[in-house]
Amino acid sequence: MPPRTGAYAGKAMTYLDHAATTPLLPAALAAMTEQLGRVGNASSLHASGREARRVAEQSRERIAAAVGARPSEVLFTGGGTEGDNLAVKGLFWARRTADARRRRVVVSPAEHHAVLDSVEWLEKHEDAEVTWLRVEPSGRVTPEALAEALGDGTDVAVASVMWANNEIGAVSDVAALAAAAHAVGVPFHTDAVQAVGQLPLDFAACGADALTMTGHKLGGPVGAGALLLRRDAECTPLLHGGGQERDVRSGTLDVAAIVGLAAATEAAVGDRAARTARVAALRDRLVAGVVEQVPDVQLNGPALDDVLPDGTPGRLPGNAHLSFPGAEGDALLMLLDARGIECSTGSACSAGVARPSHVLLATGADAARARSSLRFSLGHTSTDADVDALLAVIAPVVERARRAGRG
Amino acid sequence: MRVIAAMSGGVDSAVAAALAVEAGHDVTGVHLALSPDRQTLRSGARGCCSVEDAHDARRVADALGIPFYVWDLADRFREDVVEPFVAEYAAGRTPNPCLRCNEKIKFSAVLDRARALDFDAVVTGHHARLAEGELRRSVDAAKDQSYVLGVLTRAQLAGAVFPLGGMTKDRVRAIAAERGYAVATKPDSHDICFVSDGDTRGFLARRLGEQPGPVVDAATGQTLGTHSGAYGFTVGQRRGLGVTAGDQRPRYVLGIEPVSRTVTVGTAEQAEVDEVLTGPASWTGPVPDLPLRAEVQLRAHGTPVPCTVTADGAGGLRIELDLRQRGVAPGQSAVLYLPDAERGDLVLGQAAVRAARDRVRETLPV
Repeated sequence: MPPRTGAYAGKAMTYLDHAATTPLLPAALAAMTEQLGRVGNASSLHASGREARRVAEQSRERIAAAVGARPSEVLFTGGGTEGDNLAVKGLFWARRTADARRRRVVVSPAEHHAVLDSVEWLEKHEDAEVTWLRVEPSGRVTPEALAEALGDGTDVAVASVMWANNEIGAVSDVAALAAAAHAVGVPFHTDAVQAVGQLPLDFAACGADALTMTGHKLGGPVGAGALLLRRDAECTPLLHGGGQERDVRSGTLDVAAIVGLAAATEAAVGDRAARTARVAALRDRLVAGVVEQVPDVQLNGPALDDVLPDGTPGRLPGNAHLSFPGAEGDALLMLLDARGIECSTGSACSAGVARPSHVLLATGADAARARSSLRFSLGHTSTDADVDALLAVIAPVVERARRAGRG
Repeated sequence: MRVIAAMSGGVDSAVAAALAVEAGHDVTGVHLALSPDRQTLRSGARGCCSVEDAHDARRVADALGIPFYVWDLADRFREDVVEPFVAEYAAGRTPNPCLRCNEKIKFSAVLDRARALDFDAVVTGHHARLAEGELRRSVDAAKDQSYVLGVLTRAQLAGAVFPLGGMTKDRVRAIAAERGYAVATKPDSHDICFVSDGDTRGFLARRLGEQPGPVVDAATGQTLGTHSGAYGFTVGQRRGLGVTAGDQRPRYVLGIEPVSRTVTVGTAEQAEVDEVLTGPASWTGPVPDLPLRAEVQLRAHGTPVPCTVTADGAGGLRIELDLRQRGVAPGQSAVLYLPDAERGDLVLGQAAVRAARDRVRETLPV
């Protein structure tokens, strides 16, 4: 590894990109390190295999307890993308196989690409018909919009709406959405990758048939996740093989990753209330500070203090998504990066080109607003010093990016 | 200096970035995404626009320990390079898109953005020498790229750094190999980066459609056949005309008339010219006094020709060639040099070829 040069030399970075991935929790690191030193395939019948299986099953029970699911409803996956693919395609296939008229997929255009691209693939290759849901300017999908799109539901195979939006932080009322789907007999999936450990969440109470979660957004390892799948939900597998995970997801269990996922989920859910109150206060100070220095900045997504009908947060506690009129998001990102501050412009293509946020476009924002936006996301390691570091540079950075934008 | 190294993913820009780092500059690597429809993997030796090329550039930036970003300039590239390229062919001219890209993208859009973001200059892997504001040919005559830089102005050159002008291509590859860059043996890119299959005529046909017209022989006045689009021809072209003259002697394209879509061909003698008329000139430095004795290069890999340059009285230049030339195509740049064997020929500037003629023949009755 060559030494960092230039503006990077010897600087500690201010990490404001927890929604991309958040540092591994010490409890997860310890549990994984211990397990990595052990041999044993959880499918083997001997003592080492049984021990690996014991750790995996205990992890399954810990996760189930933390998120309000039964242990048999926790299917381990390789992460959020796999969970979304399995839920959307698997529920679609199972439902359509049972009833050939059911080929419609009802989905929000503000979903993560793991859902969007799965749906578009079904449309292209599996003769699915996609109905795109109306998205509120806040980024939320209402139960009314879902009910309207479902109609009598007889031709719908699956509906999917994310619990909390990864870009602009909008939280939807999943219980009400699931109820709207079930009222017309449609299975409902929710991508809750950003929600677990950030928002009050109970799988049984929310009523969803399937829920995607992943480790690295809540302090667990990358490459480990779970699909919570109700016992009565029919889901066609994507991966065939040894029949692990209720025959829905074959593959040798990655026990070290799974025990890390369990430790992180338990810890993140356990201290959620206190931690998110602290993180939300930091986030509020960050936004207020930026507004003070850049008065025409625009907050995207729900209001910071927005709440759902049940009084729970209407916006992810660590999320600040801001548009800086007249500046390009990628110029802002580069200028902040050079000053040791790390944030996000949303999604980038495989080559690394920053793209205008499809989420903002889905909320009705224009392309200029989408292109001028940045996401700051705080998490469990965030401090006042991180916010101070951003506020110390944001005004000149925005000014310079605006000059470049006009160039 | 704080500099942007434009990194295509090729060996030249990799070594240029490395030399800039070693010279003590604060370097940030930038890969330009110029195509809206990027291929995942590189095909053949063309271009620098695949995701694989971006990956190659990123790995060199990793090795150098410099920050690396991808800048999306696909819209600007389409507006300023691809569309004018198509329009020039449609108008019967032969454009040079690399020169246009240097003028409008690398040393305009990129340099302007770099300057606005507090950088001083853009480093590229072009083979040309640039010292004290003077642009000169590379020491490697075979790889010299001063022709496609001849369009740059003094202000643009003030924000350019070309670290490779003083070394041969072999030396560039050797430096890359010494450092273990995977791109050390990557083939040179050639042809036009946005014509990914190398078939320029096919690319133009897709954009402009079938536009049949006659091929007329200037030697006999006869129509020798038809073509499917005048944009498939370049003045001076001999191969692929698809017609045979009665005398069995080779024919060359003499002219392209876009309205009637007439492609005029003629004999080798008829294709020769000794005077070039151009549009307005741009200069790399102070505007020289005219008339001027210089050398002119009339296409990317052309041989320089001694000439006398005067004003044409209409805002352009009249370039009288000491040696008759075949195939001087309107739309190409006439790049003017002051020969200097020791320090490298000095690039004075350039102007787009408007017309070329034979001074003696033009005065004769047809």
